[in-house]
Amino acid sequence: MQYFFNWDVVWRATDKLAYGLALGLGMAALALVVGSAIGLGCALVLTSPKLKVLHRPVRWYVEIIRNSPLLVLVFFVYFGLPQAGIRTLDNIDSFVLTLTVYAGAYMTEVFRGGLASIPARYVESGMAIGLSGRQCFFFVTLPVMFRIVLPSLSNNLISLFKDTALASAIAVPELTHTARWINVQTFQVVEAWTSVTVLYLAVSYSLAFVLRRIERRYAVIR
Amino acid sequence: MTLFQPGHFFYEVWIARGVLLSGLAITIASAISIIAIGLSIGILGGLCLTYAARPFRWAMRGYVDLVRGTPVLVLIFFVFYGTAIIGIDVSPFLAGVLAIGGFCVAHTAETVRGALESIPQAQSDAAKAIGLGFWGRLIHALGPQAVRRALPPWINTAVEMVKGTTLLSLIGVVDLLLAAQQAVSRSFMAMEFYGACLVVYVVLCLGISQLGAVVERRLAYIRY
Repeated sequence: MQYFFNWDVVWRATDKLAYGLALGLGMAALALVVGSAIGLGCALVLTSPKLKVLHRPVRWYVEIIRNSPLLVLVFFVYFGLPQAGIRTLDNIDSFVLTLTVYAGAYMTEVFRGGLASIPARYVESGMAIGLSGRQCFFFVTLPVMFRIVLPSLSNNLISLFKDTALASAIAVPELTHTARWINVQTFQVVEAWTSVTVLYLAVSYSLAFVLRRIERRYAVIR
Repeated sequence: MTLFQPGHFFYEVWIARGVLLSGLAITIASAISIIAIGLSIGILGGLCLTYAARPFRWAMRGYVDLVRGTPVLVLIFFVFYGTAIIGIDVSPFLAGVLAIGGFCVAHTAETVRGALESIPQAQSDAAKAIGLGFWGRLIHALGPQAVRRALPPWINTAVEMVKGTTLLSLIGVVDLLLAAQQAVSRSFMAMEFYGACLVVYVVLCLGISQLGAVVERRLAYIRY
């Protein structure tokens, strides 16, 4: 059997591909932002001696999520929650929820590392010029930590974007789902998957390029 | 014996025990094959990235960047459908293992390169000074140090690969996840079966992390 290339099928699906790309990026960005908030909260809990009782649950959360496959979590949330009586989430909501919880665990590690790697002299200098503990936290620790973790944040955004491919398993119309759609509608297998691979690569690397520039702009001078 | 009557989770697990166990076996077998492929070719790839002549290094760099910039799921579909188009009949299991194995190769190669490049130049110079050739330097001077540096990130990669085997279920390989899914479609106990699945995967992955930590400690007798 001979295979005939027909790139028209890709051009005809441009609107679907663009929508899928935007949806993937949107879900990744949302998961990163909310996940960062969760991660920052958990990291602060882990570094605070006063909240020692919460250390164990937070560690469990991080360890369990980091050691479970995203696809199983997606199925657990998407098929399991309705069984428990929560029926308000459609497939996009439930995927974003899963990805956010997933990102939160990774972000906890990122922020914990960031907080641990702030040189002590920064905080000491803050104290020396008479800042209170709270001021020290908001004007010294937090901004320095964000600059330190910026590279990890951008790596996580890119890998979350790639993880959105799994949403196709629960029929979220993102990029991979569109490729499968072209595939089954037209049987133009090579065209479908090549175009989507190229799109993923292009977006990943242009994101990386832009984010590296931002990182360099905000790099910590040590 | 209400526990083992129809409609109870344990009963459903017992009914599906055959497919669940064979699914677990498939998951473990695919993880081992993927890690074996990744480790063997990945180390060579890492050496290629660090020491090979420019054209080879560029080719390898291109491969690594291509694979690392694409979701594994897309790679799996590409290999699975692509091999069929060029006329090779590849089973879903083989296609999936090759795709994730290729992904593992790229990550391992990058880890090995990072480890080798992070060793101070003086180590290599000293090994040269006592008359070691390229392979002698690599095996006796750089290798042992590189292993210690590469191990922690590589253990992470291994855990990612075990997690990645779940994607095989999407091309119809009956691994643990798809076996559970089949049980769910019969019993409608999504929460129980997917929850049990999660527990198994967490145990497997934590096991690998613990094993890695043990090896790391055993190797820690040399400090740099």
